[in-house]
Amino acid sequence: MVHGEAWTLKELFVYPNEYIYWTIQIVMYPFMTGLVAGAFVLSSLYHVFGIKQLKDIARFSLVFSFALLPVAMIPLQLHLQHPERGIEVMLTPHFTSAIAAFGIAFSTYGMIVASELWFVYRRHFVETALALREKRDKTIPERGRQLLFSALTLGAWDISEQALAKDERAVKIMATAGIPVACLLHGYAGFIFGSVKANALWTTPLMPFIFICSAVVSGIALCVLSYIVTMEVRKLMVAWRRKSDPSLPTPDEIRTVEMYEVTMTAKYLVLALLAALGLELLDLLFRDYAKFSSWEIVRSLIYGKDFVNVFVIQYGIGNLVPLALFLLPRLTVRRAVVATLLVLMGVFMMRWNLVIGGQAFSASFSGYMHYELPIIPHDIETFKEGLLGALLVGVLPFIFFWGLNKIFPVFKCEDTH
Amino acid sequence: MNRRDFLKNSITVIAGLAVPLSALELISPRKLLAQKGDESPVRWAFLVDTQACVGCGFCVKACKTENEIPHETNITRTWVERYVVTRKGKTYVDSPRGARDGFTTDRIDQGEEGYREVKAKDVEKAFFVPKLCNQCDNPACVQVCPVGATYQTPDGVVLVDRKHCIGCAYCIMACPYGVRSFNPAYKTAEKCTFCYHRISKGMKTACVDACPFGARKIGNLRDPDDPVTKTIMSGRVGVLKEQYGTKPQVYYLALSREVK
Ligand code: SF4
Ligand code: SF4
Repeated sequence: MVHGEAWTLKELFVYPNEYIYWTIQIVMYPFMTGLVAGAFVLSSLYHVFGIKQLKDIARFSLVFSFALLPVAMIPLQLHLQHPERGIEVMLTPHFTSAIAAFGIAFSTYGMIVASELWFVYRRHFVETALALREKRDKTIPERGRQLLFSALTLGAWDISEQALAKDERAVKIMATAGIPVACLLHGYAGFIFGSVKANALWTTPLMPFIFICSAVVSGIALCVLSYIVTMEVRKLMVAWRRKSDPSLPTPDEIRTVEMYEVTMTAKYLVLALLAALGLELLDLLFRDYAKFSSWEIVRSLIYGKDFVNVFVIQYGIGNLVPLALFLLPRLTVRRAVVATLLVLMGVFMMRWNLVIGGQAFSASFSGYMHYELPIIPHDIETFKEGLLGALLVGVLPFIFFWGLNKIFPVFKCEDTH
Repeated sequence: MNRRDFLKNSITVIAGLAVPLSALELISPRKLLAQKGDESPVRWAFLVDTQACVGCGFCVKACKTENEIPHETNITRTWVERYVVTRKGKTYVDSPRGARDGFTTDRIDQGEEGYREVKAKDVEKAFFVPKLCNQCDNPACVQVCPVGATYQTPDGVVLVDRKHCIGCAYCIMACPYGVRSFNPAYKTAEKCTFCYHRISKGMKTACVDACPFGARKIGNLRDPDDPVTKTIMSGRVGVLKEQYGTKPQVYYLALSREVK
């Protein structure tokens, strides 16, 4: 069996070599990079524009975007036929290819996020390392921690007022520089698709901008959602622990979801969502008006075969319903949770309809291909490019985040006590 | 060297010198010169006579054997399409298994939709069109390959380096003609090479040799006396999907407008 045959069904006339070559992992790839870029932009709102209300969520999204970073390249790696050669994209890039820029965009961005994180948490590193140094009779894990945190300070132990002020300035610079780079990272993911002239659905110069707007939408949505969920989980955990030790603070005493942070962030989400919707509709309108030779088949796809996917699930349930939920007065935590979930689903469907939809018709414009997502894997390929592979990619950032949280505590120490 | 050539060459050299500074090999002077066409005495091109093709599929079989593409796998470097246009103006196309075994039935293979019967009296015209890589002069596949595993030889043939291809399928997406696939054994991008291993030794491609009707011919565009070149230059030939700007180098005699 050749690559792609396992999940492609052909209808009418399709060239013999055509299959769905870009599968669920290539849906996950722009989805994950979008989350990275969006989360970062959100955290920058606080640092660059000094929107003080976003303090909690900004710190949260910065760490989250760092946790998402390694995951953004895993889908690419998983879909390669020769994953062991994947590194060649960075070592021997061929610069006429949009994908070749990946190494540069990705590592620049990674370095910016890492250094911003460092400046934000340097004080914490120093304080933790010093506290551990003072301690007598350390256990082995404590020694390990001391070593780790001492190393993380990179030898910069000065936490005087001036030094911290300098840190703050550095954070601001990094956050500012990060915004265009985050947009680049994701805009070029859009360019990878937009520049494929052979694909009637993908080719449009608007693609990078559509990608950036929807990235911001999804990044903010994920951060708001994870913020709410983590805060609620913490509350539950405190209540549970308090059963055995009543001296702990009550759930009401610890900090919980700050509603104004959610409302404030929701405003930015709505703005980005409107921009993304506007661009997508403009694209659709233009295609309908210009009626290129490919329009007939693209039209039959969007308004016919994929109607439910595009108009009902993506635009309807994924965009308009959450828009209404956010805009109705008196936003509640519960409504925000529902709306962000829907938004995430909507952005995912947008990627799906783009990547899978773009391959749903033959380059001959006379036939269709259907993608049957492999659910139960029967070999490594159907695992990697099936439901399980996608779920793996979806779960990893949360595991990373959990690990990172041990080094970069998102909830400040004084909050927990 | 006249003044025009001098200017042309100067620009080439300046562009060539400027770029290495940035250490990015975007335009190398050698490549630029090669593209001006002054270097290689050979530019391979293909000529297909759709009126001579009877859809026997011998070429497809020969290609699979020659290039070690297992017969049972559903990919092929070259294939033959059948077009049936009805009196009502509907066009039906098929290419069952790339026409590896020719066309053994009148019914038209519509994939998941099953077979379609078209009565002989309803047929306005019917014909066969062989397809293969167009060895484009401006190949989209080469442009998008992130590691440069797909490249163009100085004599105009686009090849894949199986040792470097990472298997990203970007080239497959970029080719407007759907000629690319993945090799099931090597797991690298697979495509027609004009039988580069044969033509560079003075032989013809396997499909040209296998065609009993002379529907396929290969020639050197830089040789004005080559019969293929003569036909391409003076005959009425068409190419496929010109609108993509890929400058395809497979020319078709009697190309019908229904051909996709
Ligand atoms: S036909 Fe396709 S594979 Fe062949 S050179 Fe042109 S773009 Fe590349
Ligand atoms: S599949 Fe191979 S030849 Fe094609 S673009 Fe990717 S690396 Fe290049």
